[in-house]
Amino acid sequence: MKITDVVHRVDTQEKIKGTAQYIEDIHFEGLHYARTLRSTIARGRILSVTYPEGYPSITVVDARDSIARNEVSMITADMPIFARDEVHYIGEPIALVVGRDKDEIIAFMKEIDVVYEPMTPLFTCDDNEANVFTRRHYSKGDLASLEGCEVFEAHYKTPYQEQLYMEKQGIVALVAGETVEIYGSMQCPYYVVNALKNALGYPEEKIRVVQTVTGGAFGGKEDYPSIMACQTALAALKIGAPVQLVYDRREDIQFTTKRHPAFITVTSYTREGHVEGMKIAVKIDAGPYLGLSDVVLQRAILTMTGAYQIPHLEVAGTVYKTNNIFNGAFRGFGGPQSLFALETHMSRLAKRLGKDPLTFREEHFVHQGELTSTGGRFHEAIHLEEMSRMLKEMSGYPELDTEGHGRLVGHGVAVVPHGGGFTGDGEAEHIKAVVKLRKDTEQFIHILVSNVEMGQGALTALSKIVASALDVPLERIVYNNPDTRVVPDSGPTAASRTTMVVGRLLYNAALKMKEALQEQEEVVVTEHYRQPDYLEWDQEQLKGNAYLSYSWAALLARVEVDPVTYEVTCTDLYGVYDVGMPIDEKMLLGQVHGGVVQGLGYGMMEYMDSKDGLIQHNSFSSYAVPTTMDIPQIHTRWLINPYIEGPFGAKAAGELTLVGVAPAIATAVADALDREISEIPVLPENLLKVVTS
Amino acid sequence: MTQVTFTLNSETVSLETTLSRRLLDVLREDLGLTGTKEGCGEGECGACQVYLDGALVNSCMVPMANVMGREVVTIEGFSQTADYAKIESAYMEEGAVQCGYCIPGMVMATGALLKTNPHPTLSEIKDGLSGNICRCTGYQTIFKAVQRAATEEVDE
Repeated sequence: MKITDVVHRVDTQEKIKGTAQYIEDIHFEGLHYARTLRSTIARGRILSVTYPEGYPSITVVDARDSIARNEVSMITADMPIFARDEVHYIGEPIALVVGRDKDEIIAFMKEIDVVYEPMTPLFTCDDNEANVFTRRHYSKGDLASLEGCEVFEAHYKTPYQEQLYMEKQGIVALVAGETVEIYGSMQCPYYVVNALKNALGYPEEKIRVVQTVTGGAFGGKEDYPSIMACQTALAALKIGAPVQLVYDRREDIQFTTKRHPAFITVTSYTREGHVEGMKIAVKIDAGPYLGLSDVVLQRAILTMTGAYQIPHLEVAGTVYKTNNIFNGAFRGFGGPQSLFALETHMSRLAKRLGKDPLTFREEHFVHQGELTSTGGRFHEAIHLEEMSRMLKEMSGYPELDTEGHGRLVGHGVAVVPHGGGFTGDGEAEHIKAVVKLRKDTEQFIHILVSNVEMGQGALTALSKIVASALDVPLERIVYNNPDTRVVPDSGPTAASRTTMVVGRLLYNAALKMKEALQEQEEVVVTEHYRQPDYLEWDQEQLKGNAYLSYSWAALLARVEVDPVTYEVTCTDLYGVYDVGMPIDEKMLLGQVHGGVVQGLGYGMMEYMDSKDGLIQHNSFSSYAVPTTMDIPQIHTRWLINPYIEGPFGAKAAGELTLVGVAPAIATAVADALDREISEIPVLPENLLKVVTS
Repeated sequence: MTQVTFTLNSETVSLETTLSRRLLDVLREDLGLTGTKEGCGEGECGACQVYLDGALVNSCMVPMANVMGREVVTIEGFSQTADYAKIESAYMEEGAVQCGYCIPGMVMATGALLKTNPHPTLSEIKDGLSGNICRCTGYQTIFKAVQRAATEEVDE
């Protein structure tokens, strides 16, 4: 086949029929169920836990059942599998209650008595060093040397966002002989392997992790499954039977990781209509454990200048330790917060300077060959001016449709990057991806990678890359859900890296296999990641090429605002995307539509708040995500710009589609109301405050 | 425990259960019909939708007491029909499926919509699917799939 052939996604039919087996649909012989006993206070000492008598078929699994280490190993291992002496957030797991009968488990849990000695919790980002996890900083030029500039400082605030994957978190653990096996809904099978190695002290040979059909993840199943796997593995080892832990929806919304709330201060220094400098401070709330938060912070600050060349720069970021829920990965990974602040600020500056917001952006665009904000070089071609031109052409800009039939109409733009793959030298130094291709004696080609299909289309995209590189029919490619007993560690399914990085390794492997395609015997080709020589990164100084390459989007949103109720409708979202070479347009459109709608939710609807450490919006009825009734017309065009290191020229796509949507919509609302907006989502109650203040 | 008898996918089913139990749990746990999914458990997301006497309902909100003597059709039953075949083909053609978790419910809602309104407008499609949340697709390809299913000839 050819890469340009139009195909059906390979996993579609069984999903439509309802025969695809998600973790909760799979039958395990002798399955036991587990529920989590959770802390009801935000911070304190556990003085005693008293379990009820008279439940012979119930087993409690807690910190006393720890085998090697009571730690969940992520980047650090600062989180316990089960709280032992202290709790640090509401909902922190203390124990699993395991049994065969769900009603009996619930009855047992109602009789558990936990006595705490409360300690003073902290719910805000506090600059006392004891409450700071990490600080990161980089600079460029000399901000202090600037003279005669107009200084404009503004504060931006973004809320939690819940992934709200349709399939809740779910893991099953069992013991098969000497091996602990984990099945479940996850993005990163080898993260789970590593967490189990640390927790159990087992060698890798005694651990098997199998991803099951995954009903959406969006980052929410990047780190969290490791916690559940450690807990259920201990339970399965204790009772000698399979143990299933599937959260109910409220539990999943309230107690699993979310997009970090962020507080961002942007101070701009403008001279003769041009931004000469920026000073930026990014604060994110990690909750009580670091998890992935330092990595999220790095992407947030490294994304902070967006598509613009700012000569003088100081960027600082801080991760705060609080007793709120602990936060983690969500599509965009720090980018949506930064780009909301930056893009909103750019539109506010343009308005203050009396300039057209798109023209003002064009005057600051970065170009190929220039230095990035961290002193690396933009090696690949950048066509932002052309993207801006295409955006104008497709939207009719600046002759925009302002007829609202009684409603206020506004337009907003955003031009944003997304760095593909892990930040800095993460791909080369930490991930070190390995992929394998195996041709069996029946002439089927097996893709052996640890990257998962979670809805985004990895199964089809990677199969298509291999089939096209080998020029064989798609039907000859076999790509099963990863089983770590079979597949090497090609890294996590995260950071928009699957097609771009893993796809390229598979492409290379396929080229090597091509010569052996006619042979009868089995052939295995292994390919290791190697960073291109022209990229350099200093992780201590945050200097060099922060990303392997950048994808770009230029967006324009049209909104209508009801002048009485302040209800916002986004009627149209125009977007031009540079994702290198679009290797499957249908799937890419799926990514664009889905990312736009999640970004629209973030900017316009999805409000989640925490009160005294407890998430207040804990259900589909209180946390409103976009339905069919909230969807704008989505107009999409591609800027074709093949990336030399990508498979068939492809670059990162998944996260790019989300990161710029909220500022485009928020600035459109600001335009409609002729007010400044510094906070999302643009809910009527928030707009009322903006208008009356 | 009470004996409850009802019709399920054209066959008579009789089982012992409590009347307050959710139809969703009986389908998934007692009868092994796992095509019906639980998304929210509060009637907001539509992943658990089935037909009850031909009407689209969220099975997480239906106690077994309300099922006695009535007719239930799940995705397993609906997927045997010609109406379904048309919808399946349209969803595949349009690439309307990503993670797939909402899709059985979405397909049931599509079937219910096209039964009462064989040629819906875009606005009627949005209205007809407004009880079904999808977090992946942004709905655009689903709208197209419904339009495609509505325009194709029924193959009977």
